[in-house]
Amino acid sequence: MNTLIELENISKTYGNNTVLKQVNLHIQEGEVFSLLGPNGSGKTTLLRIMAGIEKPTSGEMRFKGAKVGDGNLNDLRLKTTMVFQKTALFNTSVYKNIAYGLRLRERSKKETDQKVREVLKTVKLEGYEKRSAKKLSGGEQQRVALARALALDTEVLLLDEPTANVDPKNVSIIEDVLSWVNREKKTTMVVATHNMFQAETLAKRAALLLEGKIVKVGAPQEIFKLPPTLLASYARLENVFSGISKITGEGTSLVDIGDGVQIETSFEKIGNTTVFVRPEDIIVSLNPIVSSARNSFEGRIVEVSDLGAIVKLRVKAGRDFTVQVTKRSFNDMQLNIDSRVFLAFKASSVQTV
Amino acid sequence: MGNEIIDGFIKALQLILSADPMVVEISLRSILISASAIMLSGLWGLPIATILGIKRFRGRFLVKGFFNAMLGIPTVALGLVLFLFFSNSGPIGFLRLLYSPIAMIIGQAILVTPLTVSFITSAIESVDPEIKDLAKTLGASEAEASIAVLKESMNGVVLAIIASFNRAIAELGVVLMVGGNIDHLTSVLTTTIAMETNKGNIELSIALAIILLLIVFTLSISVNLIQRRKT
Repeated sequence: MNTLIELENISKTYGNNTVLKQVNLHIQEGEVFSLLGPNGSGKTTLLRIMAGIEKPTSGEMRFKGAKVGDGNLNDLRLKTTMVFQKTALFNTSVYKNIAYGLRLRERSKKETDQKVREVLKTVKLEGYEKRSAKKLSGGEQQRVALARALALDTEVLLLDEPTANVDPKNVSIIEDVLSWVNREKKTTMVVATHNMFQAETLAKRAALLLEGKIVKVGAPQEIFKLPPTLLASYARLENVFSGISKITGEGTSLVDIGDGVQIETSFEKIGNTTVFVRPEDIIVSLNPIVSSARNSFEGRIVEVSDLGAIVKLRVKAGRDFTVQVTKRSFNDMQLNIDSRVFLAFKASSVQTV
Repeated sequence: MGNEIIDGFIKALQLILSADPMVVEISLRSILISASAIMLSGLWGLPIATILGIKRFRGRFLVKGFFNAMLGIPTVALGLVLFLFFSNSGPIGFLRLLYSPIAMIIGQAILVTPLTVSFITSAIESVDPEIKDLAKTLGASEAEASIAVLKESMNGVVLAIIASFNRAIAELGVVLMVGGNIDHLTSVLTTTIAMETNKGNIELSIALAIILLLIVFTLSISVNLIQRRKT
């Protein structure tokens, strides 16, 4: 594999705030690379530098061996494209949003029409051409943004938290599209994400970025093996609990995470262990439910964060759990701070770090 | 007095409905001069506003402040300054522009520039800052990205143009000072209304005032309707 992007000692400073510190990174042609790190660790800035919309304060970036500078910044922008975390759309139709980049590349009307149709099909928004982009739901808007990037067939696709603030249905569509793009089109992708599963599913290599510095580059599994303290600081990894595990049967263990909470898992492990559960894997109900879920806890909501289509809740159930529900469920169930709720999740949803 | 006004209104309506040649001529000249002035002010106003709205540079605050302060400039004061410039002994007196439609166009263009610049700058500033980055990452150059931002602020730009046109067509000070209200050459709606009222020719004044109001309202309402249909 050839090296496509080389970052040598890249630093970025805004006033007194140093966002990136001497970052060295090589992205190979055709690979999916994950940038892991907490909010404010510099992931977005690094992507923006790779996209040619931000200049590093010092250091050098090379694209296909050629140094990127003022003279060839436009060339870089034609070969890479970025999908932002906060969906940005032109205030016009879905068609015109997607056609914008194609027009800049002087594609014919026929070619543009065909491409727009094709990418809308890819993101499962067929027939949406004439719809007003800004009137779509959050998840659909992000899919339009993704389609707009895909239409350009750039060599590099840079994705900043492509599934953050998107409801689970849209998350799975976006993840499927990304896997398909890499598999079929061999597009090089750099994905900034806080979601370790996404990193593991999509990428063969990842880098952990903490406070503007690259702490480790390697396979996602290698990064997950870093000390839990380091990973916990990298945190939008929620529901991380350390405790003592004991085997309870064939293929199952019980992890005592303190405060009277024991979590049943679908792996066998003895001794100190760190586990985590994805917020979207936890079911929230107003009454205890009978189900196959092996873990069930009663608690009270202590924090509510409205993320648009979804609402994130912190529930005190012995330990604090972060869970997410759609805005609709949140409203239908009339949830609020101090509401009494029941949490349930399967033993197989519990992962080890 | 009451009868006089009612009579004035009736005669005014007759003048309008019969398309009185004088009324038509003055109205068209007013529209033409003010429209030209808006286009002229756009020539420099649009680039200035785009730079002020998009670029961050030292002294930007002062430049914006200057244009904001100039919003309230008394038209007669500006008219006087321009008169001195255009008059035979003035710095550009050799161009012989005083009392010509060109002088009126230049005068109105200068008058509305602060309005054009301030309104368009605000419209651009209200555009999502990510739009520029979005355009760039889709392959736009700096200039193309600025155009994308300008397009996003189009509603505000259109409003700025309408507001500027309304200010231009309704102002008296500048056109009177540098145009002189010469029959069949520089007389426009506002100058004629002022003069005909002084002469006691109330019905003509009322007719012209109605037309002036009609132009302003029709333009504002139709732009509003177009914008509503677009969204």
